[in-house]
Amino acid sequence: MTATAPHPRLTKAPTDPHRARGPRLPVRLLPLAPAVVLLLLFLAGPIAYCGYIAFTDLQLTGQAQESFVGLDNFTRAFGDEEFLNAVWLTLVFTVLSSLIGQNTLGLALAALMRRASKPVRTLTGGIVVTAWVLPEVVAGFLLYAFFRREGTLNAILDWLHLPSQNWLFTLPILAVSFANVWRGTAFSMLVYSAALNEIPKEITEAAEVDGAGGWRRMWHVTLPMIRRSIGTNLMLNTLQTLSVFGLIWVMTRGGPGGRSQTLPLFMYEQAFQNSLIGYGTAVALLLLLVGSLFSLVYLRLLRTEV
Amino acid sequence: MALTLASRRTTRRLAADAGLLVVAAAFVLPLAWVVLSALDPAANLRVKTPDGLTLDNFDAILTPEITFTPLLNSLVLCGGATLLTVVCAALAAYPLSRFRSRFNRPFLLTILFATSLPITAIMVPVYALFVRVDLIDTVQGTIFFFTASQLPFAIWLMKNFMDGVPKELEEAAWTDGASSLQSLLRIVLPLMGPGVAVVTVFSFVMMWGNFFVPFMLLLTPDQMPASVSVNDFFGNRGMVAYGQLAAFSLVYSTPVILLYVLIARRLGGGFALGGAVKG
Repeated sequence: MTATAPHPRLTKAPTDPHRARGPRLPVRLLPLAPAVVLLLLFLAGPIAYCGYIAFTDLQLTGQAQESFVGLDNFTRAFGDEEFLNAVWLTLVFTVLSSLIGQNTLGLALAALMRRASKPVRTLTGGIVVTAWVLPEVVAGFLLYAFFRREGTLNAILDWLHLPSQNWLFTLPILAVSFANVWRGTAFSMLVYSAALNEIPKEITEAAEVDGAGGWRRMWHVTLPMIRRSIGTNLMLNTLQTLSVFGLIWVMTRGGPGGRSQTLPLFMYEQAFQNSLIGYGTAVALLLLLVGSLFSLVYLRLLRTEV
Repeated sequence: MALTLASRRTTRRLAADAGLLVVAAAFVLPLAWVVLSALDPAANLRVKTPDGLTLDNFDAILTPEITFTPLLNSLVLCGGATLLTVVCAALAAYPLSRFRSRFNRPFLLTILFATSLPITAIMVPVYALFVRVDLIDTVQGTIFFFTASQLPFAIWLMKNFMDGVPKELEEAAWTDGASSLQSLLRIVLPLMGPGVAVVTVFSFVMMWGNFFVPFMLLLTPDQMPASVSVNDFFGNRGMVAYGQLAAFSLVYSTPVILLYVLIARRLGGGFALGGAVKG
């Protein structure tokens, strides 16, 4: 490369320092090199490797060389009840916690905050954001304590004379979904607060003068105006939720009996508890494909002027 | 008329306040548990008034084995990865922000695409790859992977902050004979100091809390960061001492909460996150 070229700046007229093309392009792009090398080696590399070993029977131990097995891992997955169970649970988890929970609660909080008094707004915002900033594993513990048989939720139910139960055993997927709502709502709240702030006051006031009530204003005026934020927020929430591992791992380990085993936990179990790296990777590849699809939709939604 | 409007506003504000307080109460319960239990000599899994206040739980966990080594490991791991992330991101953002070229758009779109990929999905192949190239159970390998996974977002954020620094100042420096690297170091980065701080803190916070990456890539217990070692409270120690668990959770969480508070204002009256979530 031409990294040793002496001060290219000096030889150029300073009036045109941002020329699009020219011999100095490689030099200009040189600062990208460390990032690109790292990204290629440690991100693109593993993804490509993922695309390879998903088609092999690579195992953790006792096998010198993996061999190519074609689509075996995938046909196996779609005939595997545990896999289908994990797909179903991932769907439930995503719909409950991200599409419904985080999204709706986040929007509701953002909308309420616009009307609430400042101390209440600050307090609530602070609490919700703290839940979000906590390390994943700590959040897992707190919710584990909350949902356990001896935990806080049952204490409240007892106090209200409602039947208590062992939530992590009877409704594990519901418990981890609530945990994810607890942990992830702050993001939607912040996104929607920003979006609502950008709506000109005149528009909502005009609707109010025209006699539109709160719900109608929300439905006919506010929601259409923030629909792009809704779209991007849904995408990001979904992607986030698809990759939740630590939270569920700490709370239930995917159990009992696989009843809270979403795809990332299934992938982990196959690869490590069952030593089937090839099979686990095939699941990973499927997860990655779903993620990429969402990611592409997200890019379309952004329609950003990069 | 004015009066009814005003009173309607008040009613509405009270209703909103009430609604928010209900949600806040529900959200605060798990947080209250961790704070109260840490100070409670007889903590269990419920939120309750402590049976007297004590610092014994902290005393019990503030040992090299339980707290200091894992936290130091976290610091080395996340500090190293953050440093690498920020340096690489600042360098990469510079040409993307300063020069127009036909590579910019595809590069930035790829970066944005990678930003939202579920990294969890590739941990199994990363493990397999790391075994093959002998990087498994090494701190540097984990740092490299952490950096790569955080880089797309860091570059994106950094580029957006850099776009906010006017070019004129730099052009003056160029006329005086400064190289690009000099103008990046002496002019652009100092001017976007708060932006660099946001990228630094954000990357650090993300990695500090990350469980799955070190859980997969590190094997030796001595190297484990706090995000993984905290799990031992359940696994190896038999009866769970909930008070100690709570105390450890507090000690482990406090740094990132403080750091977040430090940058919260920058990230946003709207959590702008450099446009990555702008609709």
